[in-house]
Amino acid sequence: MDTAFYIAGGIAILATLMVITRLNAVHALLYLIVSLLAVAVTFYTLGAPFAAALEVIIYAGAIMVLFVFVIMLLNLGPESARRERALLSPGMWVGPGVLALILLAEFVLLASHAWWPAQGTGAMVSPKSLGIALFSTYLLGVELASMLLLAALVGALHLGRKLRRGED
Amino acid sequence: MMVSTESGLLLAAILFVLGLVGVLVRRNIIFMLLSIEIMLNAAGLAFIVAGARWGQVEGQVMFVFILTIAAAEVAIALALVLWMARRVRTLDIDRASTLKEQS
Repeated sequence: MDTAFYIAGGIAILATLMVITRLNAVHALLYLIVSLLAVAVTFYTLGAPFAAALEVIIYAGAIMVLFVFVIMLLNLGPESARRERALLSPGMWVGPGVLALILLAEFVLLASHAWWPAQGTGAMVSPKSLGIALFSTYLLGVELASMLLLAALVGALHLGRKLRRGED
Repeated sequence: MMVSTESGLLLAAILFVLGLVGVLVRRNIIFMLLSIEIMLNAAGLAFIVAGARWGQVEGQVMFVFILTIAAAEVAIALALVLWMARRVRTLDIDRASTLKEQS
């Protein structure tokens, strides 16, 4: 468990370093996804499997897809096909691929040895207790979060609308 | 067996500092947004570590809220990036400085 945490943490630091030093946005995104997956594995070893699932689904899934959409929208033009061919060159995938494979091997090892996080110590927080806490003690926070998401939705819609002629 | 709290918090601190360095060093707004995501994620990691230290559910509750805030933030920020790319025709924030007083 300890070793798994340190390996995943090292991968997270390495991938984050690569994120802030890349020049190409798509390459940085690949490394950021690896970094988020590594953080998800550390969540798993810390006894928070539900948070690990949320990290993969929402961060590495939804938010990164938004980034990819925007980068692809900004790249429209005649040279975008050439640039996309350059993005798909196999050499680009080696670094993130190797790091992600290490994470996958680690996760399979964790799951197959039934090293359930912090077994017997009572440190694991189950998704059930998280749900109960969210919808009883922190109900007000959940409502506020929903209002925040609604405000973000309206704001993004407003900012992304097409401007009519003469309107500044 | 258990991961020590110190190493967990140290990892969160390292990730946060890397994100901060990214915000300070990079001038492309996409990379600055990625660095802000890294910092939010490091804050969430610190909450999870603290929650695991005491075996309490509050750490994960705060992580869920951080996730919500990150989603809202990135939606608005990316809409602003698209707006900026249409208007200012650049992603370099040093060139989008029309508010700055011309000297």
